[in-house]
Amino acid sequence: MAKITLKDLSHSYLEKQNNDSDWVLRDINIDWKDGGAYALLGPSGCGKTTLLNIISGLLKPTKGIVLFDDKDTTSLNPVERDIAQIFQFPVIYDTMSVYDNLAFPLKNRGLSDTEVASKVKEIAEMLELTSTLNNRASGLTADGKQKISLGRGLVRSDVNVIMFDEPLTVIDPHLKWVLRSKLKELHQKINRTMIYVTHDQTEALTFADQVVVMHEGQIVQTGTPVELFEKPKHTFVGHFIGSPGMNILPCEIKNGEINFSGQKIQSHKAIKKTNFSKTQIGIRPEFINFSKDGIPVKIKRVSNTGRHKIVDTECNGGNIKILSNASTQIPSGSAHITFNQKYTYIYGDNWIIE
Amino acid sequence: MNKTINQKAWYFVIPVFVLVAFNAAIPLMTVVNYSFQETFGNNVFAWEGTRWFKQILLSERFHASLGRQFAFTFIILLIQIPLGIAIALTMPKKGWGVPVCLILMSMPLLIPWNVVGAMWNIFALPDIGFLGHTLNSVGFDYNFTQQPGDAWFTTILMDVWHWTSLVVLLSYAGLNSIQPAYYQAAEIDGASRWATFRYIELPKMKKVLTLAILLRFMDSFMIYTEPFVLTGGGPGNTTAFLSIDLVKMALGQFDLGPAAAMSLIYFFIVLLVCWIFYNLMMKNEAKS
Repeated sequence: MAKITLKDLSHSYLEKQNNDSDWVLRDINIDWKDGGAYALLGPSGCGKTTLLNIISGLLKPTKGIVLFDDKDTTSLNPVERDIAQIFQFPVIYDTMSVYDNLAFPLKNRGLSDTEVASKVKEIAEMLELTSTLNNRASGLTADGKQKISLGRGLVRSDVNVIMFDEPLTVIDPHLKWVLRSKLKELHQKINRTMIYVTHDQTEALTFADQVVVMHEGQIVQTGTPVELFEKPKHTFVGHFIGSPGMNILPCEIKNGEINFSGQKIQSHKAIKKTNFSKTQIGIRPEFINFSKDGIPVKIKRVSNTGRHKIVDTECNGGNIKILSNASTQIPSGSAHITFNQKYTYIYGDNWIIE
Repeated sequence: MNKTINQKAWYFVIPVFVLVAFNAAIPLMTVVNYSFQETFGNNVFAWEGTRWFKQILLSERFHASLGRQFAFTFIILLIQIPLGIAIALTMPKKGWGVPVCLILMSMPLLIPWNVVGAMWNIFALPDIGFLGHTLNSVGFDYNFTQQPGDAWFTTILMDVWHWTSLVVLLSYAGLNSIQPAYYQAAEIDGASRWATFRYIELPKMKKVLTLAILLRFMDSFMIYTEPFVLTGGGPGNTTAFLSIDLVKMALGQFDLGPAAAMSLIYFFIVLLVCWIFYNLMMKNEAKS
């Protein structure tokens, strides 16, 4: 049980770093509150796994420190930090039975046989492995093996944090859903900090209370799923979260006025600072309406997804996607659209201007 | 998919068939032929039935050389396999040390067998050889040409020097194919260094080790050139392993019938041991 703090953390796999791209992680500052369910979301290669390995102690950060309850643990190993970590691909001990696999982390910590037996039994029941406990682990299917990996991480319930590194990649979709609900259930039951790494937004948004979005080695936003959806602080969050993602289009700002596609637009706040090399307007497809006047657009394509219609349009400023209800009448040819002011944001050099 | 029937395709197999016939089947059949007959030269043969086989199987000389052969193979496997694994475990995994180690390890394997024998013969000579002279000068009474114990010691040392590298290279390849996640998981699970070796590295090396043991068994069981050059089977017959004994019988005494029978028995022993061993090692593999 501990609060985990990462302070001014940077990491590079190279001995010498010349420019930004040599760093896998840059200036990470974050608190993981005790008992929170976090998702670490980002595309492949953004540094999620590196960050996880630094928290677990498998990697020493190039710069910065890791604190567990304000105690510096940067130089401690995973056992001393008392954490559990589950990897993307199943790791099992081939020559051991399923039971011995699950018991291994407990036995290494010197628990008595009766304690080991009761804990293994409990976790095996949760993961529906009871009937295979005496089988050799190497004979199982990929999902069976991954369940064992999960089990080995979850069997020690007294850890400071349980970290999952895209653990459900190899598991088939139905079982994925079941296991994710189980993890969520387990989180509510044991109330340990859990960090769940994924590149799948649905997985992140359904598992976590707080989602940490990473992009090119930086944390771009931390917030609840609703916050990430309604107010993305970085253009990356805007287009990574949501389906389809946020419309991000170049705009001009002069004397506090936003010019987009020859029209004056109102954003959620007045704009003061304007010394950016690049300014963009961001609006989610959900918050655009058809109207009598406004921005003139040409309608290129309408795709019906059942519950919604996704309308691809084109205007002077670029392509805009609009999401409307299935029942909405979509004008054909050309139309006018307006942006919902409350959800219209301006980004300067990709960061929100507030 | 419809399979086209074209029996002419068999013609493509002819070259392989001819090649195998000339380098394996025909020589082997000649040996079989000799093993059932007595020959007096000039292509005169007389049928002897299973006489040579009985003679070999009951001969004390064969028992002795077979015993020496098993002892030798057993000892070198017992040394080379653990030593090879140990060296592979300590070899660097990245950096400039990798090519250096690999080249150093491959060197003994690249030296022709008779050169290895000659090298060690000179190296171990008690009066002028570096090894022999050093051992004697520090007080050991060492003379591999006259003392059976010393001859065995030198032969085994030579074989360990020549062939441990093979085990090292195979083990190293096996170790390198282990995903880093396994080590990370072991670290998280709090496994000791020994447990990591026992439950991750050793099981993952099983296939290459099976191969290493089979190769080392076959090679050492058929060893000829190196001990022939080093000791010539001596002193006396103390290092006369099966193949040395066989050559003595066939070419030294020109007992072609018994020698042929011995060759076949020899061949079946190698085959049988490999078969038993492979099945034992792969028993669990088939189950899973």
